Amino acid sequence: MGEAIVITSGKGGVGKTTTAANLGTSLALLDKKVCLIDTDIGLRNLDVVLGLENRIIYDIVDVIQEKCKLQQALIKDKRFDCLYLLPAAQTSDKTALTAEGMKQMIDELKQDYDYILIDCPAGIEQGYQNAVAGADKAIVVTTPEKSSVRDADRIIGLLEQEEIEPPHLVINRIRNHMMENGDMLAIDDIVQILSIELLGIVADDDEVIKASNHGEPIAFQPNTRASIAYRNIARRILGESVPLMNLEQKEGFFDKVKKALGFR
Amino acid sequence: MTKQFVTIKGTRDGLTLILDDTCAFEDLLGELERVLTANDIEGDEPMVTVTVKIGNRYVTQKQEDQLRETIRKQKKLVVEEITSNVILKEKALQWKEESEVRLHQKIVRSGQVLEVTGDLLLVGDVNPGGKVVASGNIFVMGNLRGIAHAGVKGNKDTIIAASLMAPSQLRIAEVISRSPDHDTEGVPMECGYIDTSKDQIVMDQLARLAKTRSIMNAFERRVSHG
Ligand SMILES: Nc1ncnc2c1ncn2[C@@H]1O[C@H](COP(=O)(O)OP(=O)(O)O)[C@@H](O)[C@H]1O
Ligand SMILES: [Mg+2]
Repeated sequence: MGEAIVITSGKGGVGKTTTAANLGTSLALLDKKVCLIDTDIGLRNLDVVLGLENRIIYDIVDVIQEKCKLQQALIKDKRFDCLYLLPAAQTSDKTALTAEGMKQMIDELKQDYDYILIDCPAGIEQGYQNAVAGADKAIVVTTPEKSSVRDADRIIGLLEQEEIEPPHLVINRIRNHMMENGDMLAIDDIVQILSIELLGIVADDDEVIKASNHGEPIAFQPNTRASIAYRNIARRILGESVPLMNLEQKEGFFDKVKKALGFR
Repeated sequence: MTKQFVTIKGTRDGLTLILDDTCAFEDLLGELERVLTANDIEGDEPMVTVTVKIGNRYVTQKQEDQLRETIRKQKKLVVEEITSNVILKEKALQWKEESEVRLHQKIVRSGQVLEVTGDLLLVGDVNPGGKVVASGNIFVMGNLRGIAHAGVKGNKDTIIAASLMAPSQLRIAEVISRSPDHDTEGVPMECGYIDTSKDQIVMDQLARLAKTRSIMNAFERRVSHG
């Protein structure tokens, strides 16, 4: 019996879809059977990030409206046999999804998959309700900006009213130099305000954008900062205790000493 | 006349009328009118404030209005207050409600409002965008980063205290103060209350509060103020 995890944020553009694609990829790399569900009706893009857009025949609304079987709508990933995507509908109207329909569908998927990752639309309306309906757990994504943290806090408040476990936090798009200058909220301050468990932090990295443009999530690459970060998060989801990655890993000990001594 | 229903006492602050609490209300009104007309104050004397003590008598709002009306007919008298030793059970329950301390243990997150009748003791934070409201005092054992509104029914004697005071806004009764526009870290163990001389909220260290004013709950305040 699998586990359904919703990935949500309140605010748009903070990295929900990127996180879903990369955690799906990372869990698949760890030999888990994973199904990704895109619930962002009308604004689907999980399929694009995964490079599966051209394979879509049926979508989630077709399943809910019983125009096709669940199995028919699931798309197998190019790279992994154990990774599947249930795409969002691009044209149907948003009211086509219902919380009850989602629950049933996810219960069915839980029979076959270890993890079901649900990519949530922005906002706190019906789309959010639907995405959360069938979830057992939640991951809240935020960036180190006030407005994003504010919305994450709002979402956490709403999630606390659902019958799911206390959500976990991913802080995305951290920019080292801004953090050092105090131009971004510090990780500690964010965790203190939101007071939920930190699952991981991901650097802001141009490679992430390049990778999604190629339809291949960054986590698939062996050695970028972001891919290591996502894979670490996946391992923490599996229950391993992996220490937080040092974002400054490019700056070694000697660099710091040089800096301290005034060399550049 | 055998027994006097109305006793008049002059004090430094004006007149005190002590009214009998066993006779019929009509008889009391009648005598009050007679006594006041008999003691009518002359031409250009200043206004005199009157405190009315009605002992263990309960008066309805209508009866209270009648008392005020009777006294007001004497042009030089202003009724300061009418005090009674008794209140209705219903009122007593309301006082009790408003003087209880409500303990909550949670984080009040963005978009959430926690509202209580009485004093609020919150063990937890109020995050930016969150709001706590109480008819009495507010004590936050945690970080106050959102909005706190004490004395929401108009009680200006209430205070707001927090382990870490970093609010976006404080409100006490109708008085509002907001945080400075630049970012602040917040002040540990601080409280805010209304400085009555300026009708503004002022901040002070919690440790100093005991020297400047006492925190009364609604019940104590009512019993002492009548
Ligand atoms: N860690 C990152 N570094 C750089 N760009 C990122 C990162 N995470 C997300 N992005 C970019 O930010 C944009 C929004 O991300 P997306 O995952 O679509 O957000 P959401 O699904 O929350 O709306 C995308 O262009 C994505 O490539
Ligand atoms: Mg998205």
